[in-house]
Amino acid sequence: MSEIFMLIEHRQDAIRDISYEMMTCGRALAEKLNTKLTAVFLGYDADKLVESIRDQAHRIMVVNNEVFKEFNAESYQIALAEIIKKENPLLTLIGHTAFGMDLCPALGTQLGIPFTTDCLDVEIIDGKLIATRQMYDGKLNAKIRFRKNPSYLVSLRTGCFPVRDSNIESEIVNIESPISAEPDYRKFVEYIEAAISDVDITKADVVVGVGRGIKKKENLALIEDFASTIGGVVACSRPIVDAEWLPKDRQVGSSGKTVKPKLYIALGISGAFQHVVGMKNSGTIIAINKDQNAPIFNEADYGIVDDLFRVLPTFKNSIIEMKSK
Amino acid sequence: MDIIVCIKRVPQTAEAKVEIESSGKDIVKDRLTFDMNESDMYALEEAVLLKEKFGGTIIAISLSCSDAEDTLRIALAKGADTAIRIKAEDFDELDGYKTAQLLSAVIKDIHFDVIFTGCIATDDAYSQIGATLAELLGIPHATLLTNIEVIDSISHVHRELEGGLQEHIEISIPALFTIQTGINVPRYASLIAIRRAAGKEIKLVGQNEISKDQLLLNTQIEELFIPPVAKQVKIITGSPGEVSKELAGIIREKGLI
Ligand SMILES: Cc1cc2nc3c(=O)[nH]c(=O)nc-3n(C[C@H](O)[C@H](O)[C@H](O)COP(=O)(O)OP(=O)(O)OC[C@H]3O[C@@H](n4cnc5c(N)ncnc54)[C@H](O)[C@@H]3O)c2cc1C
Repeated sequence: MSEIFMLIEHRQDAIRDISYEMMTCGRALAEKLNTKLTAVFLGYDADKLVESIRDQAHRIMVVNNEVFKEFNAESYQIALAEIIKKENPLLTLIGHTAFGMDLCPALGTQLGIPFTTDCLDVEIIDGKLIATRQMYDGKLNAKIRFRKNPSYLVSLRTGCFPVRDSNIESEIVNIESPISAEPDYRKFVEYIEAAISDVDITKADVVVGVGRGIKKKENLALIEDFASTIGGVVACSRPIVDAEWLPKDRQVGSSGKTVKPKLYIALGISGAFQHVVGMKNSGTIIAINKDQNAPIFNEADYGIVDDLFRVLPTFKNSIIEMKSK
Repeated sequence: MDIIVCIKRVPQTAEAKVEIESSGKDIVKDRLTFDMNESDMYALEEAVLLKEKFGGTIIAISLSCSDAEDTLRIALAKGADTAIRIKAEDFDELDGYKTAQLLSAVIKDIHFDVIFTGCIATDDAYSQIGATLAELLGIPHATLLTNIEVIDSISHVHRELEGGLQEHIEISIPALFTIQTGINVPRYASLIAIRRAAGKEIKLVGQNEISKDQLLLNTQIEELFIPPVAKQVKIITGSPGEVSKELAGIIREKGLI
């Protein structure tokens, strides 16, 4: 069989966006190859969730068991390995998410099938799978080819496949779970929610985002001063939080917050994918970066290629002047 | 507690111009600076913290060319007891899978309780070595750690999920963990330690010790190219005073503040 399979990702009673993106990708591939898309759903007591994707794939394979109530890479791996071995799909898609990063490489290795991770695109040309990935801090893309095999596995980056409507009448197939308890070597305990913050960067109209380019913690005072002049809040990229210069609740990106202010000003931020997903839907994006090749300029509306410390003082003065008029 | 830390030396490309080499499959490396991969620094620090608590030894291991011996010496200076370099020059083209196979070929004969790797290498950005290596060794794993506490032979770990959410899971050891940045504050190596590390032997493992026959590549790079532009940026040029006026004008015109 040369079907396309994909794994539904869900968490805390919601289907995650990446699932719809993968189904959009999977349907397009299936159509091109004249084959079918199967969505694999591992979960518990989740009729409502299955119902909500009923029109998204030709077939939905449901494995309903309490063991799949929460994600556990090891339980998922056992079940998926069984399914893939039995069905032998041409290609299986998993999200390159915190769940998928835990699962995909181990699953591919167990099955002995060629796999790769974090793909922006996958094509099948003359029966050969070609994936596009990003490397070197987002500065280059790579086309990747695979060792020849009847079955492949890839994980897809979030946000790469704009979700399309679908109105397929899905066939629902229930499958017996190969396991009924988590393996004794890995147990899910609980979720830890993000701490409640005093400054909510998601509510601000103007966000001044700072990255490693600000160099020193002491330079934050300058940024705070600029932000208050322009009437915005200070947010940041991950390294600023890692270095403990700002609290976690100021972090923008995949493992931080998603912001959509009217204006986002990126100062000394390179524009890594994980940062950009958290701010790319801002109304207007201004980036100041001394590296003209920084990927942030692929997302910005306006760019200044310069040292931020040279521009910030005059920028502040121009804002003050503008406000006084 | 015996700990293995996998370490990679990577080009620092965040602020550098990255050029494609004539083969179209690699980058021009001679003008780039190299350093220990960012999340590996946190992995090493986590190993040192565990060793300080429980005793034991740390082995730093890197599949790399001889240039990376400097990076391994930094690991020695920061607290690793021994260092192993798997000679990349012996094994031709590499991908994540082949790298994991080579690491596994060496690690399978070493005693360990925990293996740490970084959660991603910033050059090829696969995030697959850790979980692949764990599977090859037949041990459990967890990726993207933001916290770890070992009590008896159970590790209580926090994994980073999306949007600030984390999960708490329990994993029995021996196990492999990939470490996310920010889990600790990596220490600097003291000058004395750096000097001491300079004299230490780095164990070399190559094709004489590892058979090349069984090694498999999952993937190969066909070509590298500059990413297509998602959105056409307007670059504003001029002196800081000029660009600032123009930006303020845009902000006013669009009613952004
Ligand atoms: C699983 C995972 C989740 C992640 N989640 C997030 C997340 O939620 N948010 C996030 O931000 N990152 C996240 N990251 C990290 C991300 O991959 C990048 O490492 C990070 O975003 C880089 O931050 P940066 O742009 O500040 O630093 P760098 O990439 O180091 O860039 C610094 C930039 O500053 C510029 N610069 C330096 N000096 C100056 C100056 N004087 N004037 C002007 N410009 C200057 C440089 O040219 C460079 O472009 C995640 C990574 C992983 C693996």
